[in-house]
Amino acid sequence: MNRFRRAASGILVPLAALGFWQLLSSMGWVNPVILPSPMQVLVKWWAYLRPLEVFDPAQGSYLAWCFSGELIHDALGSLYRVLVGFLIGGGLALPLGLAMGYSRLVYGLFNPLIQVLRPIPPIAYIPLSILWFGLGNPPAVFLISIGAFFPVLMNTVAGVQNVDSIYLRVGRNLGASRLTQFTRIILPAATPYIFTGARIGMGTAFIVVIVSEMIAVNNGLGYRILEAREYLWSDKIIAGMFTIGLLGLGIDTLMSRLSSHLLKWHRGLEQA
Amino acid sequence: MSGAAHISVQAVHKVFQSGGQEVHALKAINLEIPQGQFVCLLGPSGCGKSTLLNAVAGFSLPSSGSITVEGATITEPGPDRGMVFQEYALFPWMTVEQNIAFGLQIKGLAKPAIQEKVDGLLAMLHLEDFRRRHPKDLSGGMRQRVAIARVLAIDSPIMLMDEPFGALDALTRRNLQDELLRLWTELKKTILFVTHSIEEALYLADRTVVMTYRPGTLKRDLAIDLPRPRDVASPAFNALKKELSQLLMEEQSRHNQDEFKHAAVD
Repeated sequence: MNRFRRAASGILVPLAALGFWQLLSSMGWVNPVILPSPMQVLVKWWAYLRPLEVFDPAQGSYLAWCFSGELIHDALGSLYRVLVGFLIGGGLALPLGLAMGYSRLVYGLFNPLIQVLRPIPPIAYIPLSILWFGLGNPPAVFLISIGAFFPVLMNTVAGVQNVDSIYLRVGRNLGASRLTQFTRIILPAATPYIFTGARIGMGTAFIVVIVSEMIAVNNGLGYRILEAREYLWSDKIIAGMFTIGLLGLGIDTLMSRLSSHLLKWHRGLEQA
Repeated sequence: MSGAAHISVQAVHKVFQSGGQEVHALKAINLEIPQGQFVCLLGPSGCGKSTLLNAVAGFSLPSSGSITVEGATITEPGPDRGMVFQEYALFPWMTVEQNIAFGLQIKGLAKPAIQEKVDGLLAMLHLEDFRRRHPKDLSGGMRQRVAIARVLAIDSPIMLMDEPFGALDALTRRNLQDELLRLWTELKKTILFVTHSIEEALYLADRTVVMTYRPGTLKRDLAIDLPRPRDVASPAFNALKKELSQLLMEEQSRHNQDEFKHAAVD
């Protein structure tokens, strides 16, 4: 009952906003080119999602046909870039973060450079990324990996540095080697931080993918939004924007589910 | 290594810096603990009892003097001196079973041998039903049982215990004290046990060493010859309790005076 009420109260504000928006359009208070009605957006969304051709068995399977819509194609393109960029950025940040957190020497060597590079938004790399990687996926993936790199790095460093020293004392007391201490104590103790970093990094990757698709590629949700702007298709712009929002929410929910499953042992996580 | 071991503390001093001031935590400590003895270190907070325990454990070495176990000088922590901490210090990402097995894996035992040993310890400490739980799902008393099992697993001849039952309620505390006495009688370990509870020291120990407030020295070394199980209501028990209270009170008032002095300076 309680759960139901919480879900109901969570949907209240979005419904009200939608109602207000519909009211604005129905009363003719806004130009539909500037702000199309929710209904109009929904119709366009469906048109964007559904397959363009009539089903023809000669062309391929039914399943393939179902997924032949433009929206699916764009969403998959964006997701692919997000995942590859995230894996490269996070994959480089993780070992560096572990080393920086564990060793004061490594921290001292790398931290000044990191602190100078960190405030530079990935968007500022756009000109260079095109010079270095040309057009297509490589520059986009490069920008996304920069976006994912820093959150994962900073959280990994903090995670290792914040390992409670009593665990290390127990490890030494039981006679653990440095390697065992690292793999069996420091690494698991730091995972809550690392997972948080991964979640933030994934969020950043989603922000960057849209920007990156506006410059160098010819599919993806970011590209489609920009293309729709050329034709003043506000409804399609909004449909694309909501798709990004829902996709991001889906991925974040997935990651938070995964981390709370893997970190069942961790008190204080996901308790709110 | 099994059975008990002999600990020898010779002329140990420990000085450390705290807020720009030199604190003489331990001064000229001499202590011989024979094999298999159960010794309690008793004193008010700030008397250096935990400092002494940490020195024996090898976490922080003496500024001068030496501590030897079976004749070998202590230079670092090691599995011959298993430690039980007040805050349990179980690894929260490991289950009860995994926590107990950890020290055995470090020792490099084969899997079946580890399993056998862990099963035995789970039975010995009545933890069988909790083997796959994580520490966060256990009560304080249960956690401390796991911590004791983890130390027993590595079969160290010496057990160091730093106010292990300090955070437990009275009933659980008595329960675990009895359990500890049973294990000690059975396994014949040398135990060095830090506490600030007079009753706990009198209930458990063969011998209670009272320490003074800064600098930490040995104030009184008292053999407790009462037969076990001890009756906390007996006249003999209470006579000793009175004697120790008197000693402790003196140190506590020195501690209080010191705090007032610092408060005045601040």
